[in-house]
Amino acid sequence: MTAVPATPAPARAARAGALRAVLRNKLALVAISVLAVMVVLAVFAPLIAPYDPAAQDLLVRLRPPAWAAGGDAAHPLGTDQLGRDILSRLIHGARVSLLVGAAAALLAGVIGAIVGLVAGFVGGWPDRVLMRLADVQLAFPSILLALAIVGFLGSGLWYVIGVLGFTGWVSYARVVRSEVLSLRTREFVTEARAIGVGDVTIMRRHLLPNVMAPLATVGTLHVAAAIVAEASLSYLGLGVPKQTVTWGGMLSDGQLYLGTAWWVAVFPGLALMITALSVNITGDVLRDVADPKAYRS
Amino acid sequence: MTAPAVTAARAPAAGTGLLRAVATKVLSAVVVLFFVATAAFFLVRLSGDPVKLILPPDATAEQEATLRASLGLDRPLIAQYLDYLAGLPRLDLGNSLVYDQPVADVLLTRVPATVELAAAALAVALVIAIPAGTFAALRRGRAGDSGVMAGVLVGQSMPAFWVGILLILVFAVRLQWLPASGYGGISHLVLPAITLALYSVAVIARLLRSSLIDVLGSDFIRTARAKGLGTGGVVFGHSLRNASLPVVTVIGLEVGTLLGGAILTERVFSWPGIGRLTVEAIANRDFPLVQAAVLFFAATFVVVNLLVDLSYTVLDPRVRVK
Repeated sequence: MTAVPATPAPARAARAGALRAVLRNKLALVAISVLAVMVVLAVFAPLIAPYDPAAQDLLVRLRPPAWAAGGDAAHPLGTDQLGRDILSRLIHGARVSLLVGAAAALLAGVIGAIVGLVAGFVGGWPDRVLMRLADVQLAFPSILLALAIVGFLGSGLWYVIGVLGFTGWVSYARVVRSEVLSLRTREFVTEARAIGVGDVTIMRRHLLPNVMAPLATVGTLHVAAAIVAEASLSYLGLGVPKQTVTWGGMLSDGQLYLGTAWWVAVFPGLALMITALSVNITGDVLRDVADPKAYRS
Repeated sequence: MTAPAVTAARAPAAGTGLLRAVATKVLSAVVVLFFVATAAFFLVRLSGDPVKLILPPDATAEQEATLRASLGLDRPLIAQYLDYLAGLPRLDLGNSLVYDQPVADVLLTRVPATVELAAAALAVALVIAIPAGTFAALRRGRAGDSGVMAGVLVGQSMPAFWVGILLILVFAVRLQWLPASGYGGISHLVLPAITLALYSVAVIARLLRSSLIDVLGSDFIRTARAKGLGTGGVVFGHSLRNASLPVVTVIGLEVGTLLGGAILTERVFSWPGIGRLTVEAIANRDFPLVQAAVLFFAATFVVVNLLVDLSYTVLDPRVRVK
């Protein structure tokens, strides 16, 4: 259903079917709505957040959430060890998480798509070299590679995005390559070749559109992985610098106060989990829609 | 696939085929390791001048030159690289800048703690994932299946450090049943092992479920059922074994996840393993140690996957003739 190539009508029908399937799935709707809210919060963070996320107020430090004993309605989710408003920090933290997740997935997707197209379509030694490179890449736990690179090159938002992008391309490349392997012998490719269309044009015009659906699925799941990876790096103190608010950094601070102030660690952890879960649910639904066979099994 | 003639000729042919398959796989693992070693070497040097990273900003040029010479960094890159490669088989990777000992020795003292943690986590993962995956496959499409799959999705969305912090909050801070961190008896191992296991539980349960569903729909299971075999006999006698091959592969890949997860888990629980050592080494700019740690992680991953690969080359004859 999805891989019907060349003729636009079935492709459009497939997309409409996909849209209907997503709309039918209530869980997917909830997940997508949650993500939409997150995006709005992140984009308009300075307007929505009640406080400056860096503003300290030592008189109200470690204040519990509003509903708990000793809570204060002025700080609905409480305050941290420096009296900073947790809700405001959560809202600002969403910016880094979503930006890193989306940008890293995009970068990895572009690299992976190019590698997969070349490996699958050209074949021969480029294929062998690229796939061996993929094995080498997989031999490094990506978090370790990211740690090593960030540790030596320096930390910073763009380094983190770059590292997660450059370490995440393998699964895209493998998916694209296997799709291309089955597409390259189809008529619309062999005929394009027969009338003299160049390799690059075939890859761009005829193959790429047909691998977009699996690419999007892998990409969505990678967004969640990148969000978690950024939080992990920031938790270890090797991600985005401390001055920028991140959920991972908040968790790292919060762990020190687990015994007295659970809310400092629990809220950023929940935010992280809900975001990753929503992205994963969306990706799962995309995959089921893109591959109805896998869905039924 | 192409079944060789089933005669006396078969045994020796299968023997040399197996030998060749094993040799190819070992060789390709060595090639991967060589690339990893090269990448680790250049990664550390690409990052600019390690001497500048190690010394404080106000160090004199003379101090820089002394350190550079003592680390061998004043020699041509190609000479450094050849020396490095020559040292690899002897595990000679230079001295740690912080511990002032050979990095191999520093690493090896931390290996047992990480192995203990990873082994315990893998055991926990299998103990939870195998029944959960089997149960979901048998209840396919029903509430039990949905429940397990929802758990899988949540498990995959929980970063290890967040799970660890939650477990500490509940079992160490609130209930005070278990210690929050540190290294010691079995009580110290429980929370870190569960933390590290969780992600693998999700991956293994999910895979076992789909693999079992495939097997349960196959002809020989229908035959077994037609003979009157009960569900227990079908699952334990015929299906699990056949569904286990992809699962064994993934367990190999999970070793990478476990090692990566160990970096975070060890930090959460102050576990004195390789992961914590690596994070500290990176923070301290102890580049020979970082280089060695990267190699260690990669080599472990490659070797475990080689063993997994070889094990089913031996177990499943179809894999040999690819």
